Amino acid sequence: MREERYDVVVVGAGPGGSIAARTAAESGLNVLLIEKNQEIGVPVRCAEGVSKRVGDFVRLPKECIATEAAGARIFSPDGTCVELSEKTTQRRLAEVGYVLERKLFDKYLARLAADSGVEVRVKTQAVSVLRNGSFVKGVVTKDAFGDTEIFADVVIAADGVESKIGRLAGLETRIKPADLEVCAQFYMTGVDVDEDFSEFYLGNSIAPGGYAWVFPKGERSANVGVGIEAARSKNGARALDYLKAFVRRKFPKGRVLGKIFGAVPVSGPIKSVADGIILVGDAARQADPLTGGGILNAIEAGRIAGEVVAEAFERKDFSKDSLREYEERCKELNESLMKMYKARLLVSRFSDKELNRLARSLEGVKFGELNARELLKELIKRNPRLLTSLAKLFLS
Amino acid sequence: MAVKVDRYKCGYCGACVTVCPADAIELVGVCLEIRESCNECGVCVNICPVGALELKNER
Repeated sequence: MREERYDVVVVGAGPGGSIAARTAAESGLNVLLIEKNQEIGVPVRCAEGVSKRVGDFVRLPKECIATEAAGARIFSPDGTCVELSEKTTQRRLAEVGYVLERKLFDKYLARLAADSGVEVRVKTQAVSVLRNGSFVKGVVTKDAFGDTEIFADVVIAADGVESKIGRLAGLETRIKPADLEVCAQFYMTGVDVDEDFSEFYLGNSIAPGGYAWVFPKGERSANVGVGIEAARSKNGARALDYLKAFVRRKFPKGRVLGKIFGAVPVSGPIKSVADGIILVGDAARQADPLTGGGILNAIEAGRIAGEVVAEAFERKDFSKDSLREYEERCKELNESLMKMYKARLLVSRFSDKELNRLARSLEGVKFGELNARELLKELIKRNPRLLTSLAKLFLS
Repeated sequence: MAVKVDRYKCGYCGACVTVCPADAIELVGVCLEIRESCNECGVCVNICPVGALELKNER
């Protein structure tokens, strides 16, 4: 078997993996980034919405942004609309500010990594981990040239929702269907949408345990999707069935130019370090359990992972105790995710009647800060009895 | 019995890989592979967003 040696091997060239690889390479480490697909960013498995805070981490080239939404509209089952808008609040919109072109965005981030000296290898699958006692010492890859043993002091597993590498390394990354959202999305054209707004539709007959979305992509096109709680999926009532019903009602004249399927871990963060390995992004279950958004968290965690690995090299200590600094620096993120997880447990169990009542309670509200957390706080203020357990979480 | 994939339906989203309690599913690029460790629990069959997985007799 071929053998190679790097300081760090990063599995998965999504946003988390590319940022982690770049950050590690910038501090002088020899980094290999591998991607199982033959083209980075393809196939897309994402609704492509991201907070404008992404700009705090990377400069976004114009071609990576399909549209820039000024607001969000959330519809309860009876059609009551809660509007969060930059125009009414004069504030920057936090959630779903940009609709990205992930095909280009992911390539752009991988290019930044390559420009920092990262070696990138596509159509290369990590099939197992190399170990020395409790320590992960690299991965075995399969590609067109056969099997290769890639030795590294640290493996950064940013391998997405499947999170296979972490599992092979002994971390418990499996999740139960109640903690997974399964999604179906059409990229549609010929749809009349307000390009200034991302839309979210709630309701147990629309998307049980999730929501339907319409994210405008410009020129009368949009990502139209549905995510449902996997535990509520069954034959005849799958994500694709709900999407077809939604599209039939909402965009009967639209045309489907692309079909995209995905799964979002909504369990909240898991243990993400062991000897010689760090998990990043969806692999670490860092997607927001309430909104399903994962890009920004993956980027933030990816950067932290790259920094912590660089420091571990200075100490020459790759044990879990040394790498635990990663979890330490992700603490604020993780705590916020756990709150959103608890919020999700409650919100995903609301009846349509309760959702309607909650939406109506927000009539006339002007939001100060536009994100899911502020929306929850306002809901709690107006519905103290219904939301007692949420109040304990967010108002303390 | 074993889980079978309908490749014409599969959208390679990875949901089944994530929930499989037996670690029997692998997504190789965009191709789903079912391993012998499949214990036919059927969890993946229900959660698949497109209905690409089926438990059926081999003969």
